[in-house]
Amino acid sequence: MEFFLAPLEYMFFRHGLLAALMVGALFGLIGVYVVLRGMSYVGHGLSHAAFGGAAVGFVFNFNFYAGAGAMGLLAALLINRITQSGKIKLDAAIGIVTTAIFALGVAIISRVRSFNQSLEAALFGNILGITDHDLIIIGIVTSATMIIMFFLYRPLLFSTFDNEAAKIFGIKIRRVQLLFTLLLTLAIIASMNIVGVTMIAATLIMPAMTARMLTDSFGYIQIYSIIIGAITGVGGMYLSYFTDTASGATIVLFGALLFCLSTIVKHIRERRILHANLHRHGNLIHSHPHDSDHGIQHDADNK
Amino acid sequence: MNPAVCLNNVTAGYDCNIVFTQLSLEIDTGQFAGIVGPTGCGKTTLLKTILGVHPILSGQVLLNGELIKHSGQAKKIGYVPQLGSVDWSFPVTVEEVIMMGLYTNKHLWPWPSKEERERVRDLANKLGIYNCLHQHIIHTSGGQRQRAFLARALVNNPQLLVLDEPTTGVDIKTQHAVLHLLGDINSEGITILLTTHDLNAVASHLPWVICFNNGVVAEGRPRDIFTNEILTKTYGGDIVIVKHGDYFLIANSTPLYLSREAP
Repeated sequence: MEFFLAPLEYMFFRHGLLAALMVGALFGLIGVYVVLRGMSYVGHGLSHAAFGGAAVGFVFNFNFYAGAGAMGLLAALLINRITQSGKIKLDAAIGIVTTAIFALGVAIISRVRSFNQSLEAALFGNILGITDHDLIIIGIVTSATMIIMFFLYRPLLFSTFDNEAAKIFGIKIRRVQLLFTLLLTLAIIASMNIVGVTMIAATLIMPAMTARMLTDSFGYIQIYSIIIGAITGVGGMYLSYFTDTASGATIVLFGALLFCLSTIVKHIRERRILHANLHRHGNLIHSHPHDSDHGIQHDADNK
Repeated sequence: MNPAVCLNNVTAGYDCNIVFTQLSLEIDTGQFAGIVGPTGCGKTTLLKTILGVHPILSGQVLLNGELIKHSGQAKKIGYVPQLGSVDWSFPVTVEEVIMMGLYTNKHLWPWPSKEERERVRDLANKLGIYNCLHQHIIHTSGGQRQRAFLARALVNNPQLLVLDEPTTGVDIKTQHAVLHLLGDINSEGITILLTTHDLNAVASHLPWVICFNNGVVAEGRPRDIFTNEILTKTYGGDIVIVKHGDYFLIANSTPLYLSREAP
């Protein structure tokens, strides 16, 4: 116990741990929809656009979150608008919009030729430099996103599974898509300082993919993904403390380890089910779940 | 009584490509109709136009007398998509799929109410998929999948049921079972409109058929309109109709193996 309590004596660690816990849970929830809606590249792109905005804000002396937020939201709206007609696909729109805004940030930095600590944190993450102000922003974004997504569960699930049918059944799919993209953008901006632009996509996707390996039910995937995201954040922070490695990178590596473990668990479970359901009827050997009178039914069919 | 579906001089298409022009069509309330035609003739565009998903260039679409301006406007429509367009690896159970049909209801919480759960279970029982309610959709058979999506379309008590190729991708036994089930649903007063490529299934199960090829070629009872002339006009090739008493079989006139010369 002492082993786990020792790092908590430090304020920077407590802040980092709380931030990692909240961002992990938040990304766990949003990541499920990001993966299933085929938006993994959106998360990656939006983080780059937000970085471009942060760089612009830095030059013009704006608040970090104001610059990153304005450009991130602008990118989200532009992507949404460009893809609406269906002529330009999502990946192409992301490639154009977010890379252009990111390039703007890089161009501005190269012009000013200075790279302050907050920009470096946005790029690579600096979880140990989290301030009270950062924690408040992460806390507000996490709670607001979770509450909105709780009440948006039904239209989000339907439009994620079958977009066209959802539209026919009366779901306002454009509004749902826009609202989800805005929530994703806010989540990315709030967590940029923690994991960094370069590793946000992985942090966003891994808890959802790990949860997907463990269950086939959408409801459970969400719960598992939130828990796995939180465990990844907390576990990664402790691992980072004890191994003296960069916290953002360690969180991502810990998440990757959990994903590998989940694939092994899935493989073992599937083999067990296969063997448990393996049975024979005459010369036919097969495997599938069945009830107690299944063999009798099969034998009757064979006769 | 207003017809269930009424298209008045509707023109629809994609960008510069017009799929059909000045189309007028009526489907009576309580009808069980099938749209047949070759691939790319505009069947799916017609369905999407009726459903309000595909914007029209001119004309009017009315469902039960109500002018349709956008999708989701007509509340009493059930829709079953082509099974080929479904992502079967998506993590949902059969129960969750059926429940989606109730997601436009004003229910605040993500979880279903007791009434919703009972409604889904009753319908699943009626359609013979009660035992697989908690199975992941990928672990169900073709027939069970079709019934699950049918249940999703029916769970909100629609007046009009629209199905996009419900007989594609399932074996002949399932095909017959699905069409019989649709016949039973129709007998409860629900208007049914479907598209299909299977002329023989239409001939033996559906009371009304619309031959379509970028416009209505003919419509009526299968025995009246499945003639050599109409089918040739619809499909653009020679088609043979073999009649045996009340039954008839539709086939391509010259099978490939007969058209080849013997070595």
